[in-house]
Amino acid sequence: MWLTSKIKQLLMVMKPGVVTLNYPAERPPVPKNLRGQPVWDHQKCIGCGGCSDHCPSRCILTRDVCQELRVMLYDGSRCTYCGRCADICPEGAITMSNSFEIACDDKDDITTRLELFMMTCQRCGRCYEMEKSNAIDRINLKGFRYDNLEQRALVRTTSETFSPELLKESDNYKRPSDKE
Amino acid sequence: MLKRLCKRMFGKSIWVYHCNTGACNGCDIEILNILTPFYDVERFGIKLVASPRHADAMLISGAVTRPTLPLVKRAYEAIPNPKLVFAIGSCATGGGAWFDTYNVTGGADKVLPVNYYIPGCPPRPEAILYGVALALGMVDKQAAPVELKQMEFPIDMYERNEAWEKRNVIYELLK
Repeated sequence: MWLTSKIKQLLMVMKPGVVTLNYPAERPPVPKNLRGQPVWDHQKCIGCGGCSDHCPSRCILTRDVCQELRVMLYDGSRCTYCGRCADICPEGAITMSNSFEIACDDKDDITTRLELFMMTCQRCGRCYEMEKSNAIDRINLKGFRYDNLEQRALVRTTSETFSPELLKESDNYKRPSDKE
Repeated sequence: MLKRLCKRMFGKSIWVYHCNTGACNGCDIEILNILTPFYDVERFGIKLVASPRHADAMLISGAVTRPTLPLVKRAYEAIPNPKLVFAIGSCATGGGAWFDTYNVTGGADKVLPVNYYIPGCPPRPEAILYGVALALGMVDKQAAPVELKQMEFPIDMYERNEAWEKRNVIYELLK
């Protein structure tokens, strides 16, 4: 009885054969609708900052170094790959690629840094209208921004005209904590 | 003799302790997924163990919340040296969407020294396998930092210079 059940089990196992995927040796095709790491096209980007407004994990940071230069940093370590940045981009500069093999031993390996030349609008100083954002965003995130790129922190202060004092202040920004 | 044989046979077989530090169970399901016959991770000698004292590596999933913080530290100290720490999912690598909130430390690397990061929300089972294979030295690292720059002049600067030159042409003709 014991032996017959084992033989039965063996036969059951024989039927499907080997099902294991030999992964690192052979790579199966990736599904097309997979949202992997986002890829920037820096020629198309106009630097409106819409992606950093709508990122749920606030992993796209925007920092105005001077009037004409804006640095945008994508910190892939806390990205949730939701694809809202690709949806909101008016120029279609962000595409969600299907590369998922991004395991690394250093967090800086999955960052993208963009340096953009900005031209000022004659009327408002910026080029992006904030109609689609909510009221809190409209108060906070309009105009020039000063996120801290070293700390990877979103600084919720903006100014209508470029101010070097705010830029200097945001350099030594520290995350608020109750440990001190 | 037996010791040397054991070292050769089990040198690269990692026993893994899975530690949920406030994850949404998405990453945990993917970790269980790589133990299934389809993504059979036991062919690398990797085995899930219940106690950290048996383990060589630690899988952390989830942003380390305040209640789990002392427990994670104790579990890490219980693992015998040498030990590896994998941070699985975007919550463990950088804090995810909760990197700033009041009861989250914001990523496993702020609590423990993390060796390998596997981002994704949740990471695909292939991505976790890739991270494990990276740790075992079977594949090369594919991720690299990207820096992009717009190499064009600001147009108003360009036009200003051009207008200045044109004006100078007229003045030079008048001379």
